[in-house]
Formats: sequence, structure tokens, C-alpha cells
Amino acid sequence: MTTAILREKLNLEILNEADPNREVTGGYTGDLLSWVMSGAQSGDMWVTIMTNINIIAVASLTDVACVVIADGAEIEDSVIEQAKIRNINLYRSKKTAYQICNEPLFL
Amino acid sequence: MTKEPLRFHFDICGENFTSAGEASVSIKRILRQIGISPDIIRRVSIAMYECEINMVIHANGGTADVDVYTDKIILTLKDEGPGIPDLELAMQEGYSTAPDSIRSLGFGAGMGLPNMKKYTDVMDIKTEVGKGTTVTMTVFL
Ligand SMILES: Nc1ncnc2c1ncn2[C@@H]1O[C@H](COP(=O)(O)OP(=O)(O)OP(=O)(O)O)[C@@H](O)[C@H]1O
Ligand SMILES: [Mg+2]
Repeated sequence: MTTAILREKLNLEILNEADPNREVTGGYTGDLLSWVMSGAQSGDMWVTIMTNINIIAVASLTDVACVVIADGAEIEDSVIEQAKIRNINLYRSKKTAYQICNEPLFL
Repeated sequence: MTKEPLRFHFDICGENFTSAGEASVSIKRILRQIGISPDIIRRVSIAMYECEINMVIHANGGTADVDVYTDKIILTLKDEGPGIPDLELAMQEGYSTAPDSIRSLGFGAGMGLPNMKKYTDVMDIKTEVGKGTTVTMTVFL
């Protein structure tokens, strides 16, 4: 499914929707960036509570389809700006990472 | 006959942690422009990012050189930081000397060097305590 459909299904807040038609093919959740760079696959939805600027570079390099910030974590405007510059799909949810990943998406 | 490589040079600033990763993100774009396959781009840019971040966190910056040949890409990252006293230990998954301030940003899992090894075909580290570290990584195309 596309990130736009995923966003609707999970009722996500849009922080930056750079490419609504990007295909989501799987998922990964984690906050330690080197683990994410080891485990996340191209096309994944990456669920994390990390919100510092480095998540944008990690999202770009791993080529995940989108980043979903869990637990409604605070995020600085400068990070959202960087997501715009790097064309990263960035969403947020009030739900926990567990709840987000527990939705039946059949990815 | 080996054709001259395409060369790209980056200075990695050791002070600015928020812009760390710029060189790797640039390389990703450049490699895409010259038609390298997505899988190779992913491996090269993640390996370079891990190394770049290490230079910023552990060695106060340095330089990165990327040489693109017709059959391989060679990454050379060089710093004049403190060096790595026990390389075998540093290579182990989970070993990290990153301070708490860095850990709170999601780094310091001790997975960077193992990732660099995993994503490249050849990795060589020359390091001397008090002098610096040079990491050379090769990915075959
Ligand atoms: N360029 C370097 N100069 C000096 N020490 C280094 C350098 N690169 C790595 N190290 C040492 O090796 C250790 C392991 O590095 P590694 O990249 O695997 O983990 P990390 O950087 O601590 O955490 P992570 O990469 O998971 O965020 C570091 O904690 C540091 O002590
Ligand atoms: Mg590291």
C-alpha cells in the first residue's frame, strides 16, 4: 500500500508528506540508529520515538518509505524542515510503537 | 587498463553534530545520478555514514574520499583523533565508549563498525593511539 493509505489507516498526523505514493512494503521499529541501519529495509515504515535531526539522514540512507514518530513525541521544527529538504515522509501518532505495529496492515 | 576513477572529497566537521551525515547523504545522491544500483548505494552510503558519525563523535572530524571505479567503490575516511586502543574489542557488537549525551540521540549502540563490515566487501582499519584512524572500505560493483 502507499504511504498515504497507510497514513489514513493509522490515522497519522502529517509532519511532512513528501511522496504520498511511495509503496510501503514492510516495517521496522527501533530507536538505536545503528540497529535501524542494520535492520530496516528499503520500503519499510520505520516506527521510532527518536526525534532528533539524525533520524532524517538515517531515513534517507536506509531508504525507508516513511518515518512514524510514536507516543506523540515532541519534534523540533528544524527536523521537520530537514525532512522537507530531504523528501522524507514524516508522520506522527499518539499511539505507542506497539499499538502502531499491532494494526492489521498486512504489509 | 583501468580507467581513472571518479573522485569525491569531503571535509567532515567535528564540531557540528547536527549536520553530521551531510557527506553520506550527498554521496547517495551522486551515486544515484551516475546510475549505481539502489542496493549498492544503500550499502555504500550507510557504511560511509557510520564512519562519518564515528569521526564526528569519537575523533573530532576528518576527511572522506570516495573513488568510483568501473568495478568498485573505495571509501577512505581519515581522522587525526585519539585512535582506537583495542581494535578487536571495538569491532565487537555492543562495544561503545560513546558518552551519555550521544547515547540520548540514538547513537552508541556499538553497532557502527560491525555495520560497516557487514555492508562492505573489504574493510581495513589503520589506527594509532594519539595519531588517528584511517578506515578504507571497498564495495565491488
Ligand atoms: N574514528 C574513531 N576514532 C576513535 N575511536 C573510534 C573511532 N571509530 C570508532 N571508535 C571506537 O570504537 C567504538 C565502537 O565504534 P562503533 O561505531 O562500533 O560504535 P559506537 O560509535 O560507539 O556506537 P554506534 O555506532 O552504534 O552508534 C567507539 O565507541 C569508539 O570507542
Ligand atoms: Mg559508531
